[in-house]
Amino acid sequence: MATAHAHPNYMKIFWWLAALTVVELIVVFLPFGKLTNGTLLCALALGKAALVAAFFMHLRFETKTLTWIAFTPLAIATLLIFVLMPDGFAVAKKTQAASAPAAVAPAKH
Amino acid sequence: MTAATAHGAAVVEPAESPLTPESWGKLGMWIFLAGDAVGFGTLLAGYGAMRATSADWPNPYEVLGINLTAIMTFLLICSSVTMVKALEWLGKGDRRRAINFLLYTAAGGAIFVSLQAYEWTHLIHRGLLINGNPWGASLFGTSFFLVTGFHGLHVTAGVIYLVSMVRWVLNRPDPAASYNGVEILGLYWHFVDLVWIMVFTFLYLL
Repeated sequence: MATAHAHPNYMKIFWWLAALTVVELIVVFLPFGKLTNGTLLCALALGKAALVAAFFMHLRFETKTLTWIAFTPLAIATLLIFVLMPDGFAVAKKTQAASAPAAVAPAKH
Repeated sequence: MTAATAHGAAVVEPAESPLTPESWGKLGMWIFLAGDAVGFGTLLAGYGAMRATSADWPNPYEVLGINLTAIMTFLLICSSVTMVKALEWLGKGDRRRAINFLLYTAAGGAIFVSLQAYEWTHLIHRGLLINGNPWGASLFGTSFFLVTGFHGLHVTAGVIYLVSMVRWVLNRPDPAASYNGVEILGLYWHFVDLVWIMVFTFLYLL
């Protein structure tokens, strides 16, 4: 009963995580610009998180329902980013308007 | 009741298959972790929104430095490995080795929190405060202490959880009887590691 599911090769996962961390540290100093580097770093972080969840937390060997539970917060956080976006654009617009005085000239009726 | 299930409902409408046949506690921990992850997700999404709308956000890896944090990241990954090893030994019936590995894991967590305390002290001396800093947007300090503090609190709680589970395992002569409890403990510990992977990327590297 104690060994209900087979143990994966944990050392292999460990070396993957260590290697991906080193790759992350290299990506920081790559000259590809903010967007490319940022996308790469996000992808690497999600990959590492997926390795931890799938093997260390045994999600791969559990019933699918637990995977759905694990995905819910990720979906909520992603949605939240989109919810916050309009606010971000509004602030950016305001800062631009403040720096360009001609744009704020029209008086109210 | 068993008879009723066998003759009635179960035949017409098969009972739902249990989510985790071994333990309801595991399901409970997963639901707790999902809720906790929403907390961290909200913090990180809020961090992103504040940073995106700020004109003078400092460059994190220049201000914070990533050498020490990279070592801390490596340390947490190692402590995740000692955690799975503890469970593996428990599964093989070797309680003594399992307890040793649980203690290594707790030590890893304790060193992590100590390094974080050292890092905070160092940064505070350089002028990074919760309400301002010499490099730019004051929210940089606010969000840094809030997010790393919330995570550090989880590591501290994890160390306490680990040490109390060592006692719990010791009180059960049969290793198989403590397998589920230690697996649930492992879920919490790996979650703390997983969250640090995200925090390290979003707060230090990006």
